[in-house]
Amino acid sequence: MFDALSERLRKTLGALTGRGRVSEADVDAAMREVRLALLEADVNFKVVKDFVARVRQRSTGAEILESLTAGQQVVKIVNEELVALLSAGDRTFHMTGNPSVVVLVGLQGSGKTTSAAKLARLMVKQGRRPIMVAADPYRPAAADQLQTLGKSLDVPVFRAATGTTVLAIAQGGLEAARKQVRDTVIIDTAGRLTVDEPLMKEIADLTAAIKPAETLLVVDAMTGQEAVHVAEAFAAAVPVTGLVLTKIDGDARGGAALSISAVTGLPVKFLGTGEKTDALEPFHPDRLAGRILGMGDVLTLIERAQETYDEKQTARMTEKLRKNSFTLEDMLEQMEQVQKMGPMGQLMEMIPGMGGMAKQAQAAVDRGDLKRVQAIIRSMTPQERRDPNVLNGSRRRRIAQGSGTRLQDVNQVVKQFTELQKMMKQMSGGRFPRRIPGMFGQG
Amino acid sequence: MFLFRKPKQREVEPEVEETWEWPLGEPTVEPAAEASAVERAAVEPTAEPSAVEPSAQPVAPAVPEPDETPGDLSEGLQKSRGGFMSRLRGLLKSGPAAADWDSVEEMLIAGDVGGALAGEVVERARARKDAPSAEAAVREELAALLIPSDPRWRPVPAAPDQPAVLLMVGVNGTGKTTTIGKLAHRYRAEGSTVLLAAADTFRAAAIDQLRIWSDRSGCQFVSHVPGADPAAVVYDAIDAAVARHVDIVIADTAGRLHTKSNLMDELAKMRRVIDRRLPGAAPEVLFVLDATTGQNGLAQARVFHETVGLTGIVLTKLDSTAKGGIVFAIEDALHVPVRFVGVGEKLGDLLPFDPAAFVSALFA
Repeated sequence: MFDALSERLRKTLGALTGRGRVSEADVDAAMREVRLALLEADVNFKVVKDFVARVRQRSTGAEILESLTAGQQVVKIVNEELVALLSAGDRTFHMTGNPSVVVLVGLQGSGKTTSAAKLARLMVKQGRRPIMVAADPYRPAAADQLQTLGKSLDVPVFRAATGTTVLAIAQGGLEAARKQVRDTVIIDTAGRLTVDEPLMKEIADLTAAIKPAETLLVVDAMTGQEAVHVAEAFAAAVPVTGLVLTKIDGDARGGAALSISAVTGLPVKFLGTGEKTDALEPFHPDRLAGRILGMGDVLTLIERAQETYDEKQTARMTEKLRKNSFTLEDMLEQMEQVQKMGPMGQLMEMIPGMGGMAKQAQAAVDRGDLKRVQAIIRSMTPQERRDPNVLNGSRRRRIAQGSGTRLQDVNQVVKQFTELQKMMKQMSGGRFPRRIPGMFGQG
Repeated sequence: MFLFRKPKQREVEPEVEETWEWPLGEPTVEPAAEASAVERAAVEPTAEPSAVEPSAQPVAPAVPEPDETPGDLSEGLQKSRGGFMSRLRGLLKSGPAAADWDSVEEMLIAGDVGGALAGEVVERARARKDAPSAEAAVREELAALLIPSDPRWRPVPAAPDQPAVLLMVGVNGTGKTTTIGKLAHRYRAEGSTVLLAAADTFRAAAIDQLRIWSDRSGCQFVSHVPGADPAAVVYDAIDAAVARHVDIVIADTAGRLHTKSNLMDELAKMRRVIDRRLPGAAPEVLFVLDATTGQNGLAQARVFHETVGLTGIVLTKLDSTAKGGIVFAIEDALHVPVRFVGVGEKLGDLLPFDPAAFVSALFA
């Protein structure tokens, strides 16, 4: 697997910190690592070339070479340059005109239809009244797919009889929007290859006729070196205003977005982060930069935590930790809070250095480990939850039966909890624990 | 180090008998060169460069310096020995210039071969003394990474009274359903009876989409309601196929990211159901890969392979400008051959994989 760039740079440059000085050859080695890491993240090779040249220039400056933490310095420069490139363009989502029109374009299978539904849901959440238009007359059942999604969101879908031209479908959609008093029209077009001239002309004619406020190019985060050509070709045919980067919930690093922004100056406006219709997030350049570098995404994690935790709760929990009166009840509450924040694997991935644990954590959730632990705690009496020391054999058997688990599962939960308590004692005593007990071990 | 190198340089080209079986057919390729490509495929990939340069430093860079200039000896001496030797060899034998190698490497990277593998391949090609040109040598190295696939390949049943089973898997949006439409058409045209199993019960309208393909090529069709257990669909489909003496069952599955372990478990269950219903049937599991996929393709293939045991790859959307170079890394790592390439949206746009044409396309 891909080692995080910061890790690799630390290995390349870190060993030299004792000497206090980094030579030209060391910078060369570091730049090779940067280059490979970016290529591994699917950043276009031409973009990589310019990028590395720029980073090298900044890295060979005297203060870097004499710095004691050259590795960190180089990472910082790489990060800054990445953020600068990803910050290209205007990321605001413009909703102008009445109705305001959004057109989604892209290659086949990039996720246009799903993104259309996600956008519709976001619009509803913002108090708008969207209508979706199924302007893909080619893929079998494409209109059915959009209609099913529309039904689940309670958003109307305009579709036309087979044989209707795409332009006619779109105009019909605008007409329907006026009749049904809809202020936002989301047009889902067919996937098309950039080399397919008739189809490229088709969307060019479409956007020329209806002049959408936003024309979003939907790009799969797993796209390789071709991303730049694809974006250039679409931008040449239609007035693309931004990107939707989809399937970012996989483990692809999404270097394609960097390439496109660097070459075309197009901003990323949204990220598709899951299969469900609520999985659409605004784009933050610094976070994707961190992801490309494999440095984690602490900001998103903090943001989600803030959304879920209220201050009072946090204060109460801190107090408990300080007084070392953390109980199984608190653990249950914590688990519920964390689950509210989102899929466990995604959360773990955001913590620097925890990328490897992400898979384990997600697997634990998928296996139902967390649910099982919760069931076990819920099968305890309030007294047992506050003081697990009273748990004798007979109580444990009862809990196992009550929660539909095995005795050893109950034992494990109790053991994990006591370890956690010990760890917290150490932490409140100012010492940091050597290792975190196996919270995600196979149950 | 000169004394050490001299005998090596005079060493006679090892003559290996021509054992190449599948068409490589590049006119620029000499037979001896082809033979050494076979040799190379047989040994550990990393063993080759060190055999040529026995005292190469252990930390020799896998990727050549992009700003190397040929013939600048004084500068070259300060750099790694590998780079120095190849530059020297270039001077002595007037082989391909460093700039040629760099441009070939860039072509590979542009084709999604990957930075690390492109570096390795070029390094390996560079170590050869017989290279007529940088591109020809690299072509051979690339071809050696691919696993041959018989163009007449088709799924076969384990027993005469059983159907052959094809399970189509892949991440979202790679073209699984469309590929099934094309495969069904192909096998119908060859006179086989085909049953399609709509085991993508998740994506909206996926069942309808498959039914349309089924009707187009005159297949039988088994489906459940949306949201049903996909493994149950597969089970019923095999039951129906056995009862109706159908030749080939093709099961569509929902696209799933390889990082979602619950969805991967669901896929593993489908595989188990097939194995239980048709013991010893050894179903064909085809991994459908979008040619525009970058380096993540290897991670995908790896997890799918671990989960359901891939037996082949279908590379789709090759009619785009993408080259699909990630296939080299996948074949190199997993030894799963590419069976078909998708080159369009029509029923007939599915072709047997042609390695020579595929390698050539990288340099087009």
